[in-house]
Parts: sequence; C-alpha cells; structure tokens
Amino acid sequence: MGNVATSRKGERRLSLPSKDMMAAIAVTRFGLGARPGEIETAKADPQGFLIAQIRREGADLPQDSGDTALQRFAMMRDYQQQRRMERDKKDGEGDKTAANTQAFLDGQRMIREKVEGDILARAKLAANTPAGFRERWALFWANHFTVSSTKQITSVLIGPFEREAIRPYVFSSFENLLVASSTHPAMLTYLDQAQSIGPNSPAAIALARRQNTKAGLNENLAREIMELHTVGVDAGYTQADVTEFARALTGFSIGRDNEDRAGQFVFRQGAHEPGARTIMGRHYGEDGIRQGMAVLKDLAADPRTARHVCGQIARHFVSDTPPPSLAARLERRWMETGGDLAQVAKALVESPEAWDPTPAKFKTPYEFTLSTWRLIGAEPSAIERLAPILTGLGQKPFSAPSPKGWPEDAQTWAAPDALIKRMQWAQGFAAAVADRTDPNALAVSALGPRLTPAVAKAVSRAETRKEAFALLVMSPEFQRR
Amino acid sequence: MTAQINRRSLLSLGASLGISVNFLGSQAFAASEGALARKKLVVVICRGGMDGLSVSPPVGDPDYSGLRGSIAMQRDQVRMLDDTFGLHPELSAVYALAQKGEARIAPAIASPDRARSHFEAQDVLETGSAKVYGAETGWLNRTLEALAPVRKVEGLSVGATAPLILRGKVQAASWSPGKLVDETARLPTLLQDLYKTDPLLGPAFARGLETETMAQTAMTAMAATPAMNTMAASTPSMGAPAMAPAAGAAPAAGDRNNRNGTDSARKLGSTLGGFMIQAGGPQIAAVSLDGFDTHAGQPGQIATRLSYMDAVLDGLHQGLGPEWKNTVVIAVTEFGRTARVNGTGGTDHGTASTGLILGGALKKGGIVGDWPGLSQKALFENRDTAPTIDMRGLFKGVLADHMGVDRAILERKVFPDSASAKPVTGLV
Repeated sequence: MGNVATSRKGERRLSLPSKDMMAAIAVTRFGLGARPGEIETAKADPQGFLIAQIRREGADLPQDSGDTALQRFAMMRDYQQQRRMERDKKDGEGDKTAANTQAFLDGQRMIREKVEGDILARAKLAANTPAGFRERWALFWANHFTVSSTKQITSVLIGPFEREAIRPYVFSSFENLLVASSTHPAMLTYLDQAQSIGPNSPAAIALARRQNTKAGLNENLAREIMELHTVGVDAGYTQADVTEFARALTGFSIGRDNEDRAGQFVFRQGAHEPGARTIMGRHYGEDGIRQGMAVLKDLAADPRTARHVCGQIARHFVSDTPPPSLAARLERRWMETGGDLAQVAKALVESPEAWDPTPAKFKTPYEFTLSTWRLIGAEPSAIERLAPILTGLGQKPFSAPSPKGWPEDAQTWAAPDALIKRMQWAQGFAAAVADRTDPNALAVSALGPRLTPAVAKAVSRAETRKEAFALLVMSPEFQRR
Repeated sequence: MTAQINRRSLLSLGASLGISVNFLGSQAFAASEGALARKKLVVVICRGGMDGLSVSPPVGDPDYSGLRGSIAMQRDQVRMLDDTFGLHPELSAVYALAQKGEARIAPAIASPDRARSHFEAQDVLETGSAKVYGAETGWLNRTLEALAPVRKVEGLSVGATAPLILRGKVQAASWSPGKLVDETARLPTLLQDLYKTDPLLGPAFARGLETETMAQTAMTAMAATPAMNTMAASTPSMGAPAMAPAAGAAPAAGDRNNRNGTDSARKLGSTLGGFMIQAGGPQIAAVSLDGFDTHAGQPGQIATRLSYMDAVLDGLHQGLGPEWKNTVVIAVTEFGRTARVNGTGGTDHGTASTGLILGGALKKGGIVGDWPGLSQKALFENRDTAPTIDMRGLFKGVLADHMGVDRAILERKVFPDSASAKPVTGLV
C-alpha cells in the first residue's frame, strides 16, 4: 500500500491519497474510464461521486430492442417452424431450393442482428454513461452469472437475461440476484437445467413407459451454482452434495410452446424428484419448488458465499492479488447486512485499500476499448467497429469461454499477441479520430494526476497527433486502472 | 520482405534499446544443428470434457451399446482401429495417420484429480500438479525452464491469450491470425521505450513483436501452397480463445461457406506448423479447442468439434512437412464423460477419456495403456470410464524420450509429486 501509518493501538491504518488523485481513481478504476471533464466533476467529493451512483432500482438498461426473453423464445420458435416447413417443402419441389436457402439465410441474419443489437446497445451504455461505477458493478455481476453463446438459443437470450435477471438486482440482496439468475430461462437453457428430470419423478416413469427412454438428471446448473455463483469450489462439498442439489432443482424449467407460460420460468411438479434431500449436512424436507428455493436461500446466506464473492469483488476492482483486509471488510459488511449488495458496494468505496494510487488492474479488452471511446467522448457507432477487435483480443462479445465467465487477471490479457493487436487497433483508431483532438489535453483529461511524466513527455514529443494518440492509449497508465 | 531482413532489423532494434530478443538469441541458432533441437511437441487441450467414448467408440466392448443407448454408435458408422475400438467418422485425417502407425489412442487416460469441475480439472491438466491449486505455473512452461540451461527452447500458444499450461517464469509467445505489423511505423519502438521499466508489458510486448516477425515468414511459406493463400486475410472468428466456432451467435459473420470452420481450422494448423519449422522457431506449442461440454444433444455437437479438431491436426501435419517426422502431438481433455447417456441425449462430467497421440516420430503400436472395459464392476464409481493411465505419465514419457528432458529434472521440477504416475515409455 502506498500510504501506511500506524495508529496508537498499533493497527495498520491506511490513509487516502489526495482528492485529485482520488478523483482520477474513482473515474478510471471504479468507473469505466474518463470521459472529457469527468475527473474534474469527481474532484469535489470522489467517494460521494461513486456512492451517488448506487441506487436501489438497479443498474441502467441498455437502449436496445427491449425484447423480453419471452419474445426471443417466440422468435426462435417461429424460425424453427419456418425451417421445418422448408425442409418438408423441399421434397419433390427441387426448384424451390434457392428460395428456401434464402429464407434460411434471412432467418440467420435476423438472429444475428438481434444479438448484435444487444451487444452494441450495451457497449453504447458503457461508453456514454456518467455513472461508470454503476455500470462496472453491473458488468461484474453479469460476468459472475455468466450466460454464454454456446447454443444459438442462448445467444439471443443473453441481452434479455442481463436486463431481466441481473441489472434490476445488482443493488438488491444477493439472494434476490441469485434466485433471479437461477430461474431465468437463459440460465436454465445455458446450463441444461430445463431438461433435467428426477429419475423417480412421475414424468420420468411416464416417459419410460411410453417411449422406453430414460429421462434423467442433469447436474450442470447445480454444480455451477455451488462452484461459481455461491460457496465456491473450495467450500468442501462433495459430488453427493452436487447430485442432491441437482435433485432438489428438478422441476425448474421453461414453459413449452403449447403451455400458458411458454418461454417463461415454470416449476414442473411432475418432473421433481420426490423425497427429502441432504445438502452439505442440511436437511431439506420441503416439497416442490420450495425445496430448491430453500437451498438457494441457504447458499446465499452461507458465510462461504460471502467470502468467495467478496474475494472476487476485490480482485475485480482493485488487484489480482488484493490485500486480504479489503476482502475482509467487504465480507464483514455482507454478513452484517444479509448480503445487501448496495451496502457491499458502499463498503468497497469506503475501503482505503481500494484507493492505492498504484494502478494494479490491467484492463480487459472490453474495458480497454470502451475506455478509449470514453476518452474522446464518443461511442462505437456500429457493431463492425466493436466486435472484430474484441474477438481479436480474445474477448468475443457474449462468448465467455465457460460458465466461470471471463478471466480478469493481467496474465491472461497482457499476452504478447494481444498487446500487438491492441497496438494495431490503437493505430487504426488514432488514424480515424486523432486529427480532431489535442493529445496533450486528452492525456490530462484521461488520467488526471495519474499521468506520469514519462507518458506526458512521450505524447508531447510524438511526430503526429495520430502517433501521440496511439501512445497515450497504449501507455502503461491508460491500459491499467 | 524476407525473414532475414526482419530478423536483422529486429536484432538491431533490440540492441539499440538494450532489450534481449529471445527468439533470435545466439543459443537458438547454435543449437539448431543438434538432433534434439529439431524435436517438436504440440499439446492440444480439448476443453469442456471431451467424450472419449465418442472419440474412439469401443463398439467391440459388450457393455458399450447398452450404456450409451440412443447415442451409441454402430460398428459400421465408425472407422475401426482394432476389434474393440473405432474412431469417430469425423476423424478422417487422424484415421489416415493411424493407418500408417502415426496416430494412436490412449482410451482410458485421466488427470490425477477426481474433481468433476471443468475449471479445476483444466487447472490440474495444465499445471501438471497432483491436485487442484498444487502449482501456479504450467508444465510446458516448466519444461522450457528445465531445458533452458541445456538449450534454448521456445514455446508458443495459439490464441490471443496465453493458456495456463504455458504460463510461468519463461515468457512464451502467443499468436493468433490477424493483420501484420507495419514495420515502418515508429510506434513499436516508442512503446518499447515506454514499457522499458514495466515488468509485465515490457517482456510481453517484445515477445509479441518477435512472434510477428515469425508469422510473416510462416505465412509467406504458406502462400506458396494454393490452399493457404487466403491466410493473410483477417478471419475474426479465429481470434477468440475458443478456436472452435461458437455455435450460434457469431456477431462477426462470414462463415456461411465454412459452417464447421474446417477451412480456417486447417489453415490454423498449417500456420502453426509454419512457425515450428523456422530456425529458432517454437519447438513446443499449445492449442486450445473449446466446446466439448456435451450435456445435451451430444452426437451433433461432438461431430462438429471433432471435425474441427481433425482439420487442425491435418493442417498441422501438412504445415510441418518433412518436420512431421520430428513431431509428437498429444490431444487430451480435462476429464471424460459419464459412460451412460443422460436424460437429455448427452453425458455428464466423468473421469477417464481418450487421449490422441500423433506424429511422425511415433512408433507403431496398438492402444496406449490398458482398457478397463465398461462392465458395471469396471466403471469408476459405477459411472465413468476408469483411468488406467495418469496423463502425467504420458507427458513425462514423451518429454524424456522425445524431447530429451532429463528424467530426474522431470520428476523434481516439471512434475513434482508424480512418482505414482509411471512414465509411458517406448512411444517414440
């Protein structure tokens, strides 16, 4: 830590850097990078600037199509029906092939445009929002409860998932967020829960009799809730606990096309595994949906969940190896407030460890590119400006490599090839915008007191505006937060 | 622009800044005469839990079709290797190599860890540790470290970011397809100056520039091959860490004509080969293939992934040319999948899976390791294929016999706590 003093009781006491430095940290580390004048705005009261962004109603909603998960399910259903009809038509009508192919391609394009619309709207929000901390907080939780485009159907549901299950709850209780995520059709699809059937449930028995097929359990969601979303992999649970939890969750599903709640969460009593469950030493005698909900409630309240998630918050915001005292502060507030995420966010802002003037976090590709648009007060105007570079840097939008979400450590993102690609992108970006900028002024508005003499000098000595701009964006200070 | 000029310009660039340029170090060139300096190892990590019973379906095992039910493959659907095992029909290039004795299967291989979490199990595979969180560096990186006093060996990973298997004390290169660096711009030099005292960005950026130089050479060589002449064009879908095409989303369009991505997969493999045949090029490389987590609707999904893998391996074989005879390729996954089909036409996280071992350096032979069978008694926890080989044994055997790593160093530094994993010898 930069500033360590010792109090009379002999405890390590941390002092905060200057207001000016804190303003730069508030905007670049807690937020998504400085828009022109943003550091100035934060100067009067940097912590207050952040705390004012915390609000009960949750994070902002991207200005996208506004489609609900339900509408997206309907869209996919229509698309699938159309495809089936085309396949049927094909037989005996050979001359229709070209038209069918066209219809297929149109359908594919519609799906792609929906997904691209979601991605772009979300990026525009990040580029424009004056409440960068609020958006970063939302992005953290979206990554914590990752849904990735591993299936065509999940790709169109990620936008609605963030809108319906994540953003409204990021300053609510963790339990509310966990339940919203675990019952959203996107998560139920992504982690295969919707099809999981208790092996001894009436539905399984009927299926076996009717079709001689064995229906069964799918453990995927149960495992990832325990391992990734709540208590964490080192919490000491066993395979038997995972299987028991999977049994408790049987029945959590999505309404079928011919049902009242098509495309929405439903609980199927008939698919629920009968009987009481024991999970991590606790007995669950409840029946039906109440059983799975009781387990979720206990997992949300488990101190191991507080420890696991607060450690992740500290690593996301402050350092790949944060001081243990920071996570401990967050954990304490979490336990005192029953996992009130608004309070945990506030505790983060109030923690002196979070204000170390040395920037320890290396920006992910998403953070790096969006902070560059913020630097010039602009936004990505089209998906073609955004998706190729993120893909090239290893962070293809809506495509986290696993349910664990995107990694957040410098080792991953500061890879040799990724740095070269950042440089090439910065050159291209600079070529498009630098002539309209004053790089020396931009360096100050981007970093404030975080601007080092070496970078200021390099920028001022550059041959061209273009070169100066690229140097600023590629500087160690701008790439870190 | 020729490779010579690039090397020279980079050397002088490095010298003028006082930065060592590892790829071009004198050791690499001096050692290039020795036979060991030609040996190459490529590790393909199949992420998501690749189903061994689909890679090499044991159609001759009496319990196989009963366990697999609706997703069991029939003898006439697969390419038979022996009386028991077939290869998945999408693995046509692998099968052609197997016919020549240049591809073998290890049908019951696993890491030493029995956790069924993807992320833990991948960590164990990549760290080479006996248990989760047993080490923080990758075993391929520790191999580079162990070899460093003897001869300089370079490592390369394909993808924008470095996988754990190649992370550690030695700075390895990473590369993914994209446009080439404009060598006339001043920016790279200015940035090297700005990163001079930065322990993270300095070495990584220097390494990135070196790799770009090699990429130019690798692609120039490829351009001579008719199939490769589109390589220089940027293919956005290939830059992701997931080298396999993501089913669905694909915000960057363009693979309509290449639905399974096999053309780009083949190019990827052959470019990697192009890197490895250069003087001072990487002798050790890692590639990740994603998307093997087939909980539902397994047959279609795995066919797509295996055809992609087959194309990467085929491209690598072509790209290495005559150097294929000095190469061993190992493809492994973090764990296999349940022997029984689940309720959703897929399989869940299991234990042992099939490892593929390929290369012109390979000796002919049958399956590697024993086949435990799929009888109820033989299954691990009455659920999964039981492991008969600890994959660290395979790694140790190949590193010792093929790459010439000292056995004592292997045990002490590269795979500590691996005494229980007997090296698999006699493969090369």
